[in-house]
Amino acid sequence: MNEQQKITIVQNIMNANDGLAEQNRQNLLSARLFSINIMASPGAGKTTLIEKTLHAFTPSHRVLVVDGDIATTYDADRAAAAGAKAIQINTGGDCHLDAMMVSRALSQTTLSEYDLLIVENVGNLVCPANFELGTYKNVLVASVPEGDDKPHKYPGMYRGVDVVVLNKIDLLPYVDFDSEFFSKGLQVLNPNVEIIPLSCRTNEGLEKWFGWLNKEMDIFKKETS
Amino acid sequence: MHELAVTQSILDIVLQNASQAQATKITNIYLVIGDLSSIVDDSVQFYWDIISKDSIAEGAQLQFRRITTQFECLDCHEVYQPDGDSIICPHCGSTRIKVLSGEEFYLEAIDIEK
Repeated sequence: MNEQQKITIVQNIMNANDGLAEQNRQNLLSARLFSINIMASPGAGKTTLIEKTLHAFTPSHRVLVVDGDIATTYDADRAAAAGAKAIQINTGGDCHLDAMMVSRALSQTTLSEYDLLIVENVGNLVCPANFELGTYKNVLVASVPEGDDKPHKYPGMYRGVDVVVLNKIDLLPYVDFDSEFFSKGLQVLNPNVEIIPLSCRTNEGLEKWFGWLNKEMDIFKKETS
Repeated sequence: MHELAVTQSILDIVLQNASQAQATKITNIYLVIGDLSSIVDDSVQFYWDIISKDSIAEGAQLQFRRITTQFECLDCHEVYQPDGDSIICPHCGSTRIKVLSGEEFYLEAIDIEK
């Protein structure tokens, strides 16, 4: 008879991805490239926010955009048209970017040639939360028409981010969106997170977002110098 | 849908440990999954049956141990499970909470034959 045996393992299942994310983090640090991972549901306005950001930053900064989508190069085309070097990742069905995909994309270029890396994750409020990429900061773009209950319903996503951009505030007069309920849900999960309300359509609040980026880039520069 | 990538990770870890132990067959896999980790058992099982085919892990039973989400209110110290509608403390309405459990996601053990 075959010998039977129990082997105790106790290993975090995400170890492989987390290890690669750590490598990405180290590569970005040694290239002194400040990086953000932008996550949101489809249609929240990630690409438009990136376009606005590029218009403001590309005159003075060299920006690299890595775009994750299931298919098409629409987003990378938009980023390139707005003045960035853009690399498109097509996940071919995967609902998120993982550290390996980002690592492959980053190896296509010389990181030290850029000042800012923007990774645009696949539009999804569940899956990207499980896959660290190794970026310095994680950004979540929420939008008013999605509803004020999203932090309550997608705690995994809202917990792990450094800043929340609330887009489409120009629609507040037309939509039942209780800002207090939204903030309260966020506060529970992520007490110190900053919320930046803005509208990419009217440009209201964008200065505050640019200010956040500049502030974080300064901190990063000091830390890596 | 992210379960495919996750299941692949599980298979990698399982096969690596089984080969170190010189196993000829893997019969059970014990997984611990917290409710906050957004992993769906049925989905992992579905992918498992496909990707474990023709390996020594084919036919292994996935044993899931779910850990329910528990929060502790930092103001009134009520320990509670979020009811699905809201994560705010049901006792005092506080928003200051600590996660006690629910984020687990690991492989605990495997049963092998050799």
